[in-house]
Amino acid sequence: MSGPVVTARNLSRHYESGGGMFKERQVVRALSEASFSIQPGKTLAIVGESGCGKSTLARLITLIEEPTAGDFTINGVEAVPENWDSLRTQVQIVFQDPYGSLNLRHRVGAIIEEPLKIKRPDISAADRADKAREMMAMVGLRPEHYDRFPHMFSGGQRQRIAIARALILEPKLLVLDEPVSALDLSIQSQVLNLLLDLQQSMDLAYLFISHDLSVVRHVADDVVVMYLGRPVERGSKEAVFSAPRHPYTVALLSATPSADPARVRKRIKLEGELPSPLAIPDGCPFAPRCWKAQDRCRAERPLLDDADHAAACFYPENPDDTA
Amino acid sequence: MALLNIRNLSVEFATGGGSFRAVDGVDVTVDGGEVLAIVGESGSGKSVSMLAAMGLLPWTATVTADELSFDGRDLRDLSASARRKVIGREISMIFQEPMSSLNPCFTVGFQIREALKQHLKLDSSARKKRALELMEMVGIPAPEKRLTAFPHQLSGGMNQRVMIAMAIACDPKLLIADEPTTALDVTIQAQILDLLTGLQRDTGMGLILITHDMGVVAETAHRVAVQYAGWKVEDQPVETLFDTPHHPYTAALLAALPERATERRLPTIPGVVPGQFDRPQGCLFSPRCAHADDLCRSTVPPVQSAALGRARCHYPLSVPAKEKVQ
Repeated sequence: MSGPVVTARNLSRHYESGGGMFKERQVVRALSEASFSIQPGKTLAIVGESGCGKSTLARLITLIEEPTAGDFTINGVEAVPENWDSLRTQVQIVFQDPYGSLNLRHRVGAIIEEPLKIKRPDISAADRADKAREMMAMVGLRPEHYDRFPHMFSGGQRQRIAIARALILEPKLLVLDEPVSALDLSIQSQVLNLLLDLQQSMDLAYLFISHDLSVVRHVADDVVVMYLGRPVERGSKEAVFSAPRHPYTVALLSATPSADPARVRKRIKLEGELPSPLAIPDGCPFAPRCWKAQDRCRAERPLLDDADHAAACFYPENPDDTA
Repeated sequence: MALLNIRNLSVEFATGGGSFRAVDGVDVTVDGGEVLAIVGESGSGKSVSMLAAMGLLPWTATVTADELSFDGRDLRDLSASARRKVIGREISMIFQEPMSSLNPCFTVGFQIREALKQHLKLDSSARKKRALELMEMVGIPAPEKRLTAFPHQLSGGMNQRVMIAMAIACDPKLLIADEPTTALDVTIQAQILDLLTGLQRDTGMGLILITHDMGVVAETAHRVAVQYAGWKVEDQPVETLFDTPHHPYTAALLAALPERATERRLPTIPGVVPGQFDRPQGCLFSPRCAHADDLCRSTVPPVQSAALGRARCHYPLSVPAKEKVQ
């Protein structure tokens, strides 16, 4: 039994912006105090609306940026810049837009081989090509696609190319940043099935970032709900979807349209919009939009504890449920 | 009589590689007070058919139809200036990307007043009053302040509200909303959909909602038209569509929804939507269809009766027992 693939403790990333001769620099708190861990072969889903910090988290975990506070380990190795070079073979990412993430001037074969060229220069060109073809077969691309260019492929097939490129180094963790939200429904299910098959055969851990709750409900083992850069609820998929605790999770679930015209809608209408990350309110960040907010919520920020199913809320929903 | 009545609409684009039929023999009818959803994947011709009806397609498009009437008037032989009196006033449209459909150089108040100036005989102060009223109707907080804001100063959801305010400025009889919430977050999407259905109920206008999201369809529409590769493959009231789809494509699409999944592996539709150069003979869905046989691959299927969801299929699914006998 091996330990978790990733363990993150209080990860934060703040950006400084603006500033000038007469203006003070402002701090954008894109991500604050995110803690989680992922076991091999499991999927952790990060859910939230735009601006909640989920893509910033992806950039930290894939070693694109350094956290400004907190730390995390990948396979037990501390992820500090000195170790980045060796860790980068273990974490790979698939981006949302398969039209923007593939180099249009490279052939599919070259795109898939490039990580090997950089990270494994000891492998000969012929072996590299063999490996790439093997990987193409695994993701459901045909051998003749090897010499083609990305523009000859549809969105779903491009996403397969991006997945092949990410997996060629045999990483332990794959970060999926909205992998299916740019795809049509009939193609989306093909890619989701592929991801599930690959996870099983390669024992991959997934950090699955999405705003689509029906997709998350299908693929995730555990779920973290984020709001304004902070995790507000964490728990197993069953617990979060059947007995959500944080009012924001409840509102998010009720706002997601269900493909069932007979369902009785009990929609919680959230007033207003996400506050700017430059001016995050004191106290609970969700308090200005919350229908349960009390004075205490506006003064003091509720913390996320270490329980299996935790919510950063003073007055959680479904409090009796201890699952 | 139907508010908008389109029969056998076809749109062909002249492209470098020959002509491409984006819409092929589509019928659309909407009554006043009805919410029609047109669903389909990208390339199914759902936006193009509506743009064709409004006459907003570029010159490379050839539009043909047996009937194209709005409120009793034939839209086909309307002159450009007469058409402009109808479009934007009696039929109006909102688009997917509110940020790129508003002019960044003018305040949102100016842009709402421009729609009023173009179509209604109101003086300047009456226009101002009406603009304020519209901003209130679409639920923008502090409307006096927001009238002088530029689009970049507002969020996506607020901009979409401004677009809706412009679209309903002249009390249209028909509003066409082309993926109005696709670019927005779910909590904002819920607000915008509530706003649109609320306005539709209050004013009694017809609403055509173009979308690819089955959840949005289920929650807002009265009737649903499913399009595939330029064909309308099914047309049913929303309740029966989700329970008993008659076209194999609709059935496969509903089965592919993650929320309807019963197992870890999702049912899929193999292959991709046919493009310009690989259009099959016979039924366009036949290469991906689990029920297709030689007849489907050789002959264009007929449109079935209304009881069978007007499915464009040789072998519609879930045929009621008494129809089978005939």
